[in-house]
Amino acid sequence: MCTECEDLIDPKLITLDKVITQYQHHKGPLIPVLQQAQEVYGYLPTHVLQHISKGLRIPLARIYGVVTFYAQFRLVPSGRNVINVCLGTACHVRGGAKVLETIEKELKIKDGATTEDRRFTLEVVACIGACGLAPVISINNEVHGRLLPEQIAGILAEYE
Amino acid sequence: MAEKQRILVCAGTGCASSGANKLISTLEAEIKLQGLEESVSIVGTGCQGFCEKGPTLVIEQHQVLYTSVTPDDIAEIVATDIIKGERVERLLFIDEVTKKPVSTLSEIRFFAKQHRIVLQNCGIIDPQKIEEYTARDGYSALQKSLKDMSPDEVVEEVKKSGLRGRGGAGFPTGLKWGFCRGAAGEKKYVICNADEGDPGAFMDRSVLEGDPHSVIEGMLIGAYAIGANEGYVYCRAEYPMAIKHLEIAIKQAEKAGYLGDNILDSGFNFKLNVFAGAGAFVCGEETALMASIEGKRGMPRVRPPFPAVSGLWGKPTNINNVETWSNIPHILRNGSEWYAQMGTEKSKGTKIFALTGKVNNTGLVEVPMGTTLREIIFDIGGGVQNGKTFKAVQIGGPSGGCMPEEMLDTPVDYDSLAQAGAMVGSGGLVIMDETTCMVDIARFFLSFTTKESCGKCTPCREGTKRMYEILDRITKGEGKIEDIDTLEYLALTIKETSLCGLGQTAPNPILATIKYFRHEFEAHILDHKCPAHACSALLSYSIDKEKCKGCGLCAKNCPTTCITGEKKKPYVIKEDDCIKCGTCVDKCKFDAVIRA
Repeated sequence: MCTECEDLIDPKLITLDKVITQYQHHKGPLIPVLQQAQEVYGYLPTHVLQHISKGLRIPLARIYGVVTFYAQFRLVPSGRNVINVCLGTACHVRGGAKVLETIEKELKIKDGATTEDRRFTLEVVACIGACGLAPVISINNEVHGRLLPEQIAGILAEYE
Repeated sequence: MAEKQRILVCAGTGCASSGANKLISTLEAEIKLQGLEESVSIVGTGCQGFCEKGPTLVIEQHQVLYTSVTPDDIAEIVATDIIKGERVERLLFIDEVTKKPVSTLSEIRFFAKQHRIVLQNCGIIDPQKIEEYTARDGYSALQKSLKDMSPDEVVEEVKKSGLRGRGGAGFPTGLKWGFCRGAAGEKKYVICNADEGDPGAFMDRSVLEGDPHSVIEGMLIGAYAIGANEGYVYCRAEYPMAIKHLEIAIKQAEKAGYLGDNILDSGFNFKLNVFAGAGAFVCGEETALMASIEGKRGMPRVRPPFPAVSGLWGKPTNINNVETWSNIPHILRNGSEWYAQMGTEKSKGTKIFALTGKVNNTGLVEVPMGTTLREIIFDIGGGVQNGKTFKAVQIGGPSGGCMPEEMLDTPVDYDSLAQAGAMVGSGGLVIMDETTCMVDIARFFLSFTTKESCGKCTPCREGTKRMYEILDRITKGEGKIEDIDTLEYLALTIKETSLCGLGQTAPNPILATIKYFRHEFEAHILDHKCPAHACSALLSYSIDKEKCKGCGLCAKNCPTTCITGEKKKPYVIKEDDCIKCGTCVDKCKFDAVIRA
């Protein structure tokens, strides 16, 4: 193959095709394939869903139904940093809601939204299991625990 | 050569979040620096249970626990404890009653009152090494079952042990196995439900992270008894470390001949797969979980047919949760009679609870069934944090209920708790003090269940929303007295008309809260007051001009910019921007901030 043609092939698509081939003959391949596709692309754009639909011979409507059912899948790209605010019971009673409110005020966005400069995406999660450190947030899977509202601004400043 | 001294560093998710990995690398460097590599080994273990004081480490030889250890403490621990054999007093646990440092594990109340069966390896072995599991009798129960027992005998043994499902409902495990064993069909499946979605419960995660082989061994024995040759562990994607440890354990078990074809020359074959869930609380319900493995939306379906008859891909399937599976090897190894000695008449064995919230010792606790809530919260948990007063304990997550002080002598077993309007559920215990508002807690649980309802049954989908709206109104001081009756009416309807456990139990937290804390609902509705000072709509903050010295500490710590003023003059709170977090009240040294 000439080098020009190689440039035309999207390397992400090659990875996706490998995943589809790997799972094609498995029972119940859809969810693992979607999970890996999201890992490659960061989210699930329409053309990727269409590609998976063809590859696995599953109707696009059914795939869309699955994608919108589970909290893990996202149809729009996230910001550069993803903040998960834990609002499990332990975090709730130790003041998690105040932490969330402070972040919402600081970033001027609500749960599920991304800041205009794409610096942060804010998501509320039910429990990340670090109840001993409640209230906690995690930013890009890095956990910050035993939080007080007044610490928020300083923590957010660490992320570009 | 003398056996190596082991330093056990907790590397479970809780301690890892508070810096355990840095601790391990610092410790490794220090041991190397001191030339102790030959005599000391460092083990990164699963959860040791004492999350509140994390990161924790244990010097195994003399059973000393060091708490809240930072990398800066490592040199001193090595020099004083490992080399000189003396204790580093300042890092020892301080007993809440005597206020004195306690040097050995068995003297710490948190551990002394526990009875660890399922957790006996957690925090002690390296979960990523199969040889540490087999050295502690691991896989001997499998050998015994395959070599000396028929599948029927295994089922019978589990029946006699009295083990009941630890996932929440408490169905007798042996009976469940018997149904699946008796079902017609060549191909059968066993599934481990590790979709631990209850907020505030992390025992299943800790078992998978800290002792994954015990779950695999339990599943192998179950599969042999039932006649299944394939299994799945359905684990939340939010638990990456649990998935990783499980995958490592499966590879090692395959290599050692415990998984695969013709296991231990018995002719028994078993293949185990890991399935990462995609984030849906309802998938903890068994029919929804199977739909999810099949690649569908995780929605529950009508039973019968029960999974034992027609489950995954229409084949007979047996589902148990992590803790249930992990009990199995102990029962087979030590016998059903040994197991049945523990617990109460109808609830045998031990149960793990995750103790969280406003309690001194947050962590993982395993006690015999029938232990009272008071013993767990006050003796093991060390009572309520910061000298506050106990108000309630929430047990069983979004399916359970809140119980007040006068119910604390209730023994924790399936039947006593159900009678009290709560349930064992997953085993989350969240402690609440005088600053927690019970109406707000009821609203909190409903906000969770409304989000997680799959939408299939109208009463659950719409009813929980209506209940949430009513509770939201009450917390804002806009409730009507008849709202309480409406809530009870809706709750009973949703319970009766929902298909799965989510809807059937979603109203429990509200019913229990109304039952025990009706006066708090009435205070919100009639007096427009939140007795706990927690509902922000019913609160206002202002500064007492007489008391304020103008130090500016409140403004400096305010997370918004609603407090303004000049030094040495009284400050002012601008109500519109105030998020009512109460930081100013906590910071003020002159009691000048008024909360009303």
